[in-house]
Amino acid sequence: MKKYKEQIMGGVFLVAALTSIAAVLLICLFLFANGLPAIGKIGVFDFLLGKTWAPSDSPASYGIFPMILGSVYITAGAIVIGVPIGILTSVFMARYCPKGLYKFLKPATELLAGIPSVVYGFFGLVVIVPLIRNIFGGTGSSILAASILLGIMILPTIIGVSESALRAVPESYYEGSLALGASHERSIFNIMLPAARSGIMAGVVLGIGRAIGETMAVIMVAGNQARMPAGLLKGIRTLTANIVIEMGYAADLHREALIATGVVLFIFILIINLCFSILQRRKDNNGKYQSH
Amino acid sequence: MENIKAINQVTFADKVKGYLKNPASMILMLLVMAAALLTFAALLFIIAYILIKGVPNLTPSLFSLNYTTENVSMLPSIINTLIMTVCALAIAAPLGIFTAIYLVEYAKRGNKLVVLIGITAETLSGIPSIVYGLFGMLFFVTYLKWGYSILAGAFTLAIMILPLIMRTTEEALKSVSDSYREASYGLGAGRLRTVFRAVLPAAVPGILAGIILATGRIVGETAALIYTAGMVAEIPKNLMSSGRTLAIHTYVLSSEGLYTNQAYATAVILLLMVLLINILSSLVAKKLTNK
Repeated sequence: MKKYKEQIMGGVFLVAALTSIAAVLLICLFLFANGLPAIGKIGVFDFLLGKTWAPSDSPASYGIFPMILGSVYITAGAIVIGVPIGILTSVFMARYCPKGLYKFLKPATELLAGIPSVVYGFFGLVVIVPLIRNIFGGTGSSILAASILLGIMILPTIIGVSESALRAVPESYYEGSLALGASHERSIFNIMLPAARSGIMAGVVLGIGRAIGETMAVIMVAGNQARMPAGLLKGIRTLTANIVIEMGYAADLHREALIATGVVLFIFILIINLCFSILQRRKDNNGKYQSH
Repeated sequence: MENIKAINQVTFADKVKGYLKNPASMILMLLVMAAALLTFAALLFIIAYILIKGVPNLTPSLFSLNYTTENVSMLPSIINTLIMTVCALAIAAPLGIFTAIYLVEYAKRGNKLVVLIGITAETLSGIPSIVYGLFGMLFFVTYLKWGYSILAGAFTLAIMILPLIMRTTEEALKSVSDSYREASYGLGAGRLRTVFRAVLPAAVPGILAGIILATGRIVGETAALIYTAGMVAEIPKNLMSSGRTLAIHTYVLSSEGLYTNQAYATAVILLLMVLLINILSSLVAKKLTNK
């Protein structure tokens, strides 16, 4: 009896463990099965590189190039804003922050990650967008607004990963540098940061993934015009926004084209994840060599 | 010892002198300080702004049981959020915990499956919520014909939080000292009894911290729910009917542009919920490290 129970529960644990594999397979299967036919019908080049997205025109055109550029531009903007601030803050957290203060600031960065994207979006809508409208004119919903907002949103990701990368660098590097007469800053920026390079890059890549996949916050501040990027202060639509905005009323090929947009996004994310895990692995290897 | 400390002590004046001698270092130090200040100022500003603008808009009528276009009550959405959280956790928590038990306690060293599950968990945690939403719509809503429903939303979210619960439980189980297992085996307990009576109880704070974090993600999620749970702003009759959570409610109110004040109020409640969940999680995690 007891043996049966052991075996049954062992089986249950195994089945539970297999569900995550099943989930990944199902997600791939359903996305590709529903999205790829549309890409075939529209034509790979017309779909990926077509410059007009006009599903209600006749004949309709389904080019998602504007949205791909939209995602890329906004992500690039977020990186320009978020990466320097994030890395410098991680240096602060790992090397400057007094212990007493750290106890409060560490949970604060986690909170920054915990704030829901709708709340970020709403904040962007009522603070950043009007600010840009007042300073530069126009509607305010723009690439700039989305970049600033996403720049803030990817901060906790970058801070978290690069802080742990900095902490993984052996203390002897820092002490050795100090002993050679380098200042605190010089030791950090010329010795510690280069040694933590792979880990920091992994954080940046993870941040790129977050930025490309972000949906609600971007929809609320980016303006969402499905056209080629027209300037920093003009609105734009991302891949993610395209799906959410039009899925509600889309039918037939239009709906399939939106799912195909999701497939393109999914492939982007898979590539980014791959880069992330390669960098992570390299970081782990670095650690191994350093300890010898 | 005291003397050595005194010699090695760098006073504030020494630091200033050092920075004055070395302007490049000073600039770098100032940049680091400015960046940290900016990060935490942004966080404080976001929270303070939403609270200050939103709290005055919290009127009792917003907590009425019925949603109408005149009174966009958020109570139904809050109830939906609670139902959604309970359902998603009920699915994901056992799955995640059992998976972790398999990985840590059952799988043999060098098992290929462990590597594969690690890769899938990594993949799952990188997928953006809108892709989960699309999948949920294609699979649960359309293919399984559940329609827009709480259940479809809960299953979608369950897959989304699965890697989080799995990872935290795995860490918690690994951190339980092997002496617990050895002692339990030594007393003649089987593997199952050892896991449930000796290892799991010791890992509870870690597992709990993960589940609380997952709750935070469920409460804040929007993109994965719009096309799975739908946006009906009423208390659902059963799990197969549609219902919007508080996060979706906030999105709808703020994007319609007619209910800005009410949107502030819902954003406050949403933010407070997430704040509370985060504080709870770090308290639990602290308990873990104190032990």
